Amino acid sequence: MAVVISESLELQGRPAAAGIAVGPLIVLGDLSPQRAASGSIEIERRDFESALASAAHDLSQLIARVEGDGSDMLAFQLAYLEDETLRSRVIEVLSNGVPADEAWQQLLNAEINDYRSADDEYFAARSGDLKDLRDRVLRHLKGGVLERSLAPGAVIASDEVGPTLFLEMDWSKGGGLLLTAGSASSHVAMLARASGVPMVVGLGQVNFQDHSEAVIDGETGRAILSPNEEQRNRYLLKLANIKQQKTWETAFLRKPARSADGVHIELLINVAAIEELDRIDSAVCGGIGLMRTEFLFKDGKPLPDEEQQYAAYRRLLEWAGEKPVTIRTLDLGGDKPVRGLTSEREKNPFLGVRGIRLTLVRSNVFRTQLRALARAAVHGNLKVMLPMVTIAEEIRQAGLLLDDVMRELKAEGIACARPPLGIMVEVPAVAIAPELYDEAAFFSIGSNDLTQYVMAAARDEPGVSHLNDPTHPAILKLIASVVAFGRDRNIPVSLCGDMASDPRYLRPLLRAGLRSISVAPDAIGRVKAALSEAVLSET
Amino acid sequence: MKEGSAINGAAMMQASVLLAHDVGLHARPSVKLTKLAKTFAAEVELATAREGPWIDAKSIVKVMALKARKDTTLYFRAKGADAETAVSALISLVARDFGDGSSDK
Repeated sequence: MAVVISESLELQGRPAAAGIAVGPLIVLGDLSPQRAASGSIEIERRDFESALASAAHDLSQLIARVEGDGSDMLAFQLAYLEDETLRSRVIEVLSNGVPADEAWQQLLNAEINDYRSADDEYFAARSGDLKDLRDRVLRHLKGGVLERSLAPGAVIASDEVGPTLFLEMDWSKGGGLLLTAGSASSHVAMLARASGVPMVVGLGQVNFQDHSEAVIDGETGRAILSPNEEQRNRYLLKLANIKQQKTWETAFLRKPARSADGVHIELLINVAAIEELDRIDSAVCGGIGLMRTEFLFKDGKPLPDEEQQYAAYRRLLEWAGEKPVTIRTLDLGGDKPVRGLTSEREKNPFLGVRGIRLTLVRSNVFRTQLRALARAAVHGNLKVMLPMVTIAEEIRQAGLLLDDVMRELKAEGIACARPPLGIMVEVPAVAIAPELYDEAAFFSIGSNDLTQYVMAAARDEPGVSHLNDPTHPAILKLIASVVAFGRDRNIPVSLCGDMASDPRYLRPLLRAGLRSISVAPDAIGRVKAALSEAVLSET
Repeated sequence: MKEGSAINGAAMMQASVLLAHDVGLHARPSVKLTKLAKTFAAEVELATAREGPWIDAKSIVKVMALKARKDTTLYFRAKGADAETAVSALISLVARDFGDGSSDK
């Protein structure tokens, strides 16, 4: 094989998951080498059958490993793969002398296009699953790069990558993802962030073939193909610094969350996707301070049923053991639209029907969630949190609905328990007059939304980012007043916004009187380390 | 609604049910439906109109291709030894909303 020495090529994409990777470049998917047709119908047929069997084997193995949302998607792919109709159609095309990979691609592409053009969002979204399935069989047919045999630590380049492929790859030795298309809000991007795999999306058309090594900076969205010595060393140094910092933080992971002068802080974690728990030992935190449930309700996917939700919630509680788990009811709307559930015609979605406002209107969706939560509550220390509460009446209404589903479950003879109902403190009205909401079992300050509403500065608007400051005295004053009120009335107060994960903000929060915070899982070590240096009597 | 008749000597069962599932005959329900259909020896067919066209209820490719939405009436018919059991089991699966609790009560 000829050695090609290429000029280094710098690319700018969109950041999807932070981190740095330096490693061999492997190109996947449509970009992989062509398969040479055998010319024999018998061989093509045999190759096709064996690729189908291998793909089915992959999927069955994955199904055994993955739970929840992911396993339904895999079950659908497997059912499709085992379908006699599809198989016989491919065999029919093969019999006309068409090579196996072309025949498979031809039929699957027709299916994919058919789904993509469906006017129903739920059906249209299946085209992504079929693409994933098409590529899996193609990889087996081409006998080229198979995910399991990928060099550990490699940088994978492709147009798009399906979640199944991501889950199958071994990321323990590093590596990263470079996508020419893709989105930072995709399921894969979420998995990448949760697993600490650097990922850059939206690179546009790139000719990867001339390059054999790559550098990714997932924080800036920058990538370099065939880096020169200077570039490679610069990124290796960055990587080493990150690792060193991580080692320092990891040393604190298993230590108690205590200040330099021995004050204990309740340190909880925020969880966005259930897969994140696979990598976290519950012993390193005091429980889950915020479990978002939006991951179950994805745009373009069917609404999760009671059983799916119950299974997911139960799993969280079993993971946490005796420790508290705070699950937030569906918080859609605002920047998290789901077609068919949230309104598309709002001029200002952040001030519109979102959070509890939406779930009280869509009470059938809310009831299903409350039923699943009440059933899960028997398996641990569950608390339920209502987002975007603005008036106390909303807490009452949610409470009545919860009473109602409790009656229903008992009548059906289904085991259930009534979890305490607390609220997010994110609407300024609540932070200003917490005494109006004293029926809440607990308060959790959502500093992201509280900041944007108090400062009238959107979180994602670069022009006002200097105003979106969670340490502005007005915000800290509100936090301090909510904490003081909670202490007076024996209502637990915690904070679960992004600011809790940033050590720079730790002292102001402690000074405001907070003794319970909920942070991103990868911030546990960092926050404990920062805490160990803080002297509370001085703050 | 159920009706039995004998066509060419084989027992033919037919029945219909209203699809109430929120998102229609989508991936999850279709996987459940075809899996259940495959457990019977009888030929099982599905249609969205009384007069057909009928499709193989054991094929997810064909079942999903119907893109049946909420409030569609599903017709099942089966031919073979366990035809009656097959049709009642499938009707009951749809009537039970595929074991989901997500549609309006």
